[in-house]
Amino acid sequence: MPKRDPTTPDGARRSLLVMWTIRRFEEALEELFARGVLHGTMHLSIGQEAVAEGVAAALDEGDFITSTHRGHGHAIAHGADLERMFAELLMKDTGYCRGRGGSMHIADVAAGNLGANGIVAGSMTIATGAAFSQMMQGTGKVVACFFGDGAANEGAFHESLNLAGIWSLPVVFVCENNQYGMSMAVDKATAGGSIVRRADAYGIPGVRVDGNDVVDVFRNTSEAVARARRGEGPILIEAVTYRYRGHSKSDRNLYRTVDEIEQWRKSRDPLDRYEARVIDEGWLTSDQLEECRIEARDAVRRAVEAAFRAPDADPADLVGAAYA
Amino acid sequence: MAEMSYRDAIAYGIAQEMRRDPRLVMLGEDIAAAGGVFKTTVGLLEQFGPDRVRDTPISEQAILGAAMGAAMTGIPVIAEIMFSDFIAVCFDILANQMAKTRYMTGGQVTVPVVIRTHNGGGARFGAQHSQSVENWCMMIPGLKVVAPSTPRDVVGLMAAAVRDPDPVVFLEHKSLLATKGEVPEGEIVDELGVAKVVREGTDCTIVALALMVPRALQAAERLAAEGISAEVIDLRSLVPLDTQTILSSVAKTGRLFTVEENPRLCGWGAEIASIVGHEAFWDLDGPVVRITTPHIPLPAAETLEDMAIPSVDRIYKEIVEVMD
Repeated sequence: MPKRDPTTPDGARRSLLVMWTIRRFEEALEELFARGVLHGTMHLSIGQEAVAEGVAAALDEGDFITSTHRGHGHAIAHGADLERMFAELLMKDTGYCRGRGGSMHIADVAAGNLGANGIVAGSMTIATGAAFSQMMQGTGKVVACFFGDGAANEGAFHESLNLAGIWSLPVVFVCENNQYGMSMAVDKATAGGSIVRRADAYGIPGVRVDGNDVVDVFRNTSEAVARARRGEGPILIEAVTYRYRGHSKSDRNLYRTVDEIEQWRKSRDPLDRYEARVIDEGWLTSDQLEECRIEARDAVRRAVEAAFRAPDADPADLVGAAYA
Repeated sequence: MAEMSYRDAIAYGIAQEMRRDPRLVMLGEDIAAAGGVFKTTVGLLEQFGPDRVRDTPISEQAILGAAMGAAMTGIPVIAEIMFSDFIAVCFDILANQMAKTRYMTGGQVTVPVVIRTHNGGGARFGAQHSQSVENWCMMIPGLKVVAPSTPRDVVGLMAAAVRDPDPVVFLEHKSLLATKGEVPEGEIVDELGVAKVVREGTDCTIVALALMVPRALQAAERLAAEGISAEVIDLRSLVPLDTQTILSSVAKTGRLFTVEENPRLCGWGAEIASIVGHEAFWDLDGPVVRITTPHIPLPAAETLEDMAIPSVDRIYKEIVEVMD
């Protein structure tokens, strides 16, 4: 059973809340970074919220995800606690990883999030192994493996899809094609011109979805998850989306135009589109939309404030977590 | 008590653990019907079936990544990398994923994987199938590293490695496979990080690992004929490192020699020399001497390979020269 169905009134409220929460969470991070209270680097997924939510909503409680360096949205959509996430980013002892991970390594294993990963395609073989484990234990659980268009050109992509294919593992590979691998445009980086068509090479289904339409992502992922749960093997989903912000905090967007970014933002924004849809379909009223926005904003505010009050990561236990 | 080859002890030790833990799975290339390229897994497919003794494609990243994902979610794995040189092909999974994940997640997960691999030279295989890579592994925080020198220790250390919650690299020496030794009846379980004094002596300490242990013992015999009483320590485990046994021996003998098959730079003996220099400086009656393979890729020709790897003759000569 999907955790929530964004095409029902109750599901729409919850999905919209998740998507607004992701956006407000990352906007808050930007602000904290600009104020100099948040350090290191981070990779924002603003503009890609529909992929995280469309996939996570289609999973059941107890299903697993693996995530990427651009993973805040995945964690939130899969049930992470905002305060613990902020605490991790603010290097606090109460953070998910007690300050040992930071932005690129948030994991929430109790919720089934096996972790973000700082290596491009780094989580793909791990997701494959987690799926193998589900098959061996007969749990009926499924693994959703997020990765980017850049990861599709890593060797680990090939090894993972091949192994998942021959063993028919319950894993849904979700490529978030946000058009750029750092600065390199996807069409310049992809021989054959298509990521999704690579599924053919492994004898598995491939489906291209509108990654800025949470309903399209949800429906296709739900089918993929159901199929994987039935033991019919892996699937490759390519979700076409767009990242509004630079690759990381050092990116000045020199490889694309402001017009291009604005065009996506104005005409294809996943929140604008879903809100319009929700009203059209009569799933929610405009008052309810506003309530969602306010609830997300307030939840983020409360979480930041609480995280600030938490104690810093504790140097007294610097080496403790390296070995069991 | 039964005499057994080092080669047979590997499958014997694995079988002991697979009987004990029905979750335990093996992944690797040609390990099932073929019984392993070095015949170290003969009979395991027949005993435990194709689900638990799994041939994989030639995909080293997928082997280790799948092992890790499975281990994080309830299925401990013994993964085989056919030749230890091939660790370089999947170094990301070893060095960035398995080794770091426990720490990066603040201790949320453990990765109970044993990475078995055939290490070392002497078989005339050339540089890409012969290197001693224990120093590659030892330098990675988060890994444990084990290298047995006898059939009995293969069994005892295999059990310790499998039962350890952290990833353990288990180095099986190719040139020891045909050697034989006594293996006591019944379950054998050793502790990681415990060295063995395999010959007692009073004039100097020789610390050795894997194939270098029998060579150091033979050299010690010849030294005895010259009136030099050498104590020989079989290190068995590099991480954790049994510094106490080394320091106690040096306190007694006042002289330290390391015999290392790894290329000289950053070999494990350098670390031990540093520890002894720091903690037992006043116990030393002379400089620490490292007897190693030169800093070169290993050559294939017998005349060259035998010159490169420390031989009994070279160990003897280098020690006699300094002890005179």
